[in-house]
Amino acid sequence: MRHTATVRITHWITAFSVAALLLSGVEILISHPRFYWGETGNVMDTPLFSLPIPSSRSTVPTGFSYVLPDQNGWSRSLHFQSAWLLLLAGGVYLAAGLRTRHFRDRLWPTRSDATWRVMRSAISKSLRRASPSEREEWSYNGLQRMTYLGVIFVLFPMVVWTGLAMSDAFAAVSPGLVSALGGRQSARTLHFVLTVLLCAFLLVHVAMVYRAGFVRRVRAMITGQTGSHKEKP
Amino acid sequence: MSGMSRRTLLTRGLAAAAGLSGLSVAARLAERYGLIPPDAGNIYGMGETLTYAANRLIVGDSAAREFPRHMISTAPFANPSMPGEMFKRLEAGGFADWRLEVGGMVARPLSLSLPDLRRLPERSQITQLACEEGWSYIAEWRGAALADVLNAAGLLPGARYLAYYSTDPESWETIDIAEARHPQTLVTWGMNGNDLPVGFGGPLRLRVPRQLGYKSLKFLTRVVAVDGVRHLGQGTGGANPQWGYSWYAGI
Repeated sequence: MRHTATVRITHWITAFSVAALLLSGVEILISHPRFYWGETGNVMDTPLFSLPIPSSRSTVPTGFSYVLPDQNGWSRSLHFQSAWLLLLAGGVYLAAGLRTRHFRDRLWPTRSDATWRVMRSAISKSLRRASPSEREEWSYNGLQRMTYLGVIFVLFPMVVWTGLAMSDAFAAVSPGLVSALGGRQSARTLHFVLTVLLCAFLLVHVAMVYRAGFVRRVRAMITGQTGSHKEKP
Repeated sequence: MSGMSRRTLLTRGLAAAAGLSGLSVAARLAERYGLIPPDAGNIYGMGETLTYAANRLIVGDSAAREFPRHMISTAPFANPSMPGEMFKRLEAGGFADWRLEVGGMVARPLSLSLPDLRRLPERSQITQLACEEGWSYIAEWRGAALADVLNAAGLLPGARYLAYYSTDPESWETIDIAEARHPQTLVTWGMNGNDLPVGFGGPLRLRVPRQLGYKSLKFLTRVVAVDGVRHLGQGTGGANPQWGYSWYAGI
């Protein structure tokens, strides 16, 4: 599939931002690898769950005899700077996608796509390592369409929402958007769960690119040239 | 080069020039309306500035969430802190000599004792204290509005920031004047119906409920109104920014 320059540029800005967000997110996470449900939670409370990893704070009981160095200062700054970059790229991508009908023409499932039979066949075909049909060379199958729509219109907005819900100042302006999530600590827990889902998508996404020919696909996403004879305009 | 591409080049050049002059106008306006944080110059300055400016514009004077009494945390937690030598001396005297010095750009510098502060109109709030590490608790805080203290001292019009200091010479922070004058910013002497415990910053702590816990400085002894933060300490606007933390902690 041949992508427009806008899609290609915003894709790489997003990739860069998400990498920085994941790195800094993990750094922030290790200062308190415990998760709670509701409005409040601290080491005096029973966590909903905690991660079996060491922490960068001596006050957190982890079962490890050592404490990792504190990296929260730059991690938090990098996290928010990358989040701004992501919002900017996301905004441009959304505006361009609506203007060029990218979402409607290429991502919205066609009537025949949105059936379990088509989804199942896409998965089994993928598992059998069958080569894509001619139609799939320049278009997305039903499973891909649903996944991309979910990531773009559900996962990313939810990650931004749950992230903002942890801001005291944001909560001052829109308290309802925090209580709708179940409170500050629920928002933090959801932020983590959504990140795990996003990582799962990323793993499959990169694995699929690898299977489709990593160098060729990455080059196509950078230059816009697919090098395929079957390409349609 | 064809005429078409020359035209494109010209259009793009003009657009870039317009964009750049637009940016410089935006920067001047942002400076004028106090949208540039003290740490705008470091490598995360772009993000810090966007976050701070967005908050100044969108959050304005909005109040931090207050909670019903039944949501007060039964087991609050505070990170251990070292209040320093001066604190030990004052503690030995039962905090009788504790003073809050109010100085800098004020008409009448003050030196207030703990009973003086309790004589000011009493304010209380049930708000959440959230640490940048991720944990939080809700407590009822009692004290005097910092705005009342600043009004008593007569804040001068040129003051743009408030620097505040602890008994520990290593601990100090600054906030902008809007945050300092916000009705929920409290000079806190009580917590959950008792005197503020030493573990939570007692006998005196500045509560800044619209920002993270590290802005709520424990063992408060001095507030100084200033027109800028460059000449304070290393010029970062606080101990936490000096250690690499954001100056603005509303997020």
